[in-house]
Amino acid sequence: MKIAVASGKGGTGKTTVSTNLAFIANQIGKQVHLLDCDVEEPNCHIFLQPTITSTESICVPVPEVDVDRCTGCGECAAICRFNAIACLKKGVLIFNELCHGCGGCWRVCPEKAITVGSREIGVLENGASYGFRFTQGILRIGEAKAPPLIRKVKEAQNGSALVIFDSPPGTSCPAIETMKGVDAVLLVTEPTPFGLSDLTLAVETVRKMEILFAVVINRCDAGENKTREYCQRERIPILLEIPDRRSVAEAYSRGEMAAHCIPEIRNLFEQLLHSLEEMETQSQ
Amino acid sequence: MKIAITAQQQEMSAPLDPRFGRAPYFMIYDTDTKSALAVNNAQNLQAAQGAGIQAGQTLLDQGVGVLITGNVGPKAFRMLSAAGIQVYLTPSGTAEQVLQRFQAGELQESKQANVQGHWM
Repeated sequence: MKIAVASGKGGTGKTTVSTNLAFIANQIGKQVHLLDCDVEEPNCHIFLQPTITSTESICVPVPEVDVDRCTGCGECAAICRFNAIACLKKGVLIFNELCHGCGGCWRVCPEKAITVGSREIGVLENGASYGFRFTQGILRIGEAKAPPLIRKVKEAQNGSALVIFDSPPGTSCPAIETMKGVDAVLLVTEPTPFGLSDLTLAVETVRKMEILFAVVINRCDAGENKTREYCQRERIPILLEIPDRRSVAEAYSRGEMAAHCIPEIRNLFEQLLHSLEEMETQSQ
Repeated sequence: MKIAITAQQQEMSAPLDPRFGRAPYFMIYDTDTKSALAVNNAQNLQAAQGAGIQAGQTLLDQGVGVLITGNVGPKAFRMLSAAGIQVYLTPSGTAEQVLQRFQAGELQESKQANVQGHWM
């Protein structure tokens, strides 16, 4: 089963849910692979302290121009949707940081003056933690486009029984790239007006993507009841409610997983795992 | 020589628009004919990225040699210098006024971008 742990709002507890769920599933004997797709700020490693066994540089294709062959005809600049190429009187000027690597320019160049170069956008790390597989992507600082690296992170999974993708927050390209093709999405929220507003956006997104989904409410006894009311009205299952406990916050502040050190939380995550399995069975 | 001024409306009496890439109009003054024409930059206002580069391309295609505007970022500046377009920066005034200041030699040529790029 492949699941994505996502949220509209940031800071609601995606990483908490991903790491604790992976830890518990592994403890009860499931084959688990956790992949941190939040490549702009991967932080599962803080709680997992993984041993990294391989590091791979991830590149995207960029155009390289042979100035001797270029006639400055402007075909490449005309096809570029990303304004990454400017056509000068003699030759072209390329802005790699704007390039999306679509390949339009090297296909249309009538002089075959453009060859495919490559630019590193980040690294992919593979390793293990507590006996289960762990993968993360780290985007190079200053890089604006996360999806190509997120795709590489997702490709690193090879069919473990439970595959967990920890998503970036929001509902834009990086989150959508992470959620694409999963069996179910867990939307983590908090019972505040901000949490509910962004949860609503996330629900609209996963509904459009036609993916099975459910909600996790973190710090459930803080804030308002409106999130529960919303889920009931929209017939969205709430698979887990994590209580607002000082002990949970303290474990977090020490970089420890609550399910590792607090029996009550451990039980909750075991229940979440069962609920996910039931949800999967029912959907088949 | 042609001088481009970023303007909020399509006339020489319009205020300078301090933005280069996303200025609504370029007033292009020709020192040979002593006449000005307006070039609409509307397609660039909605560009997701690279507006400054495209604006530079427009000026190059128009045969402009000098740009007078408020701010130029790093990518636009790279484009303008590769295109051989000189950049003069001034914060305010009408297109007409800044043109006069330029012609009177009161503006100094800028040799680098004066603002940061947008989000990358």
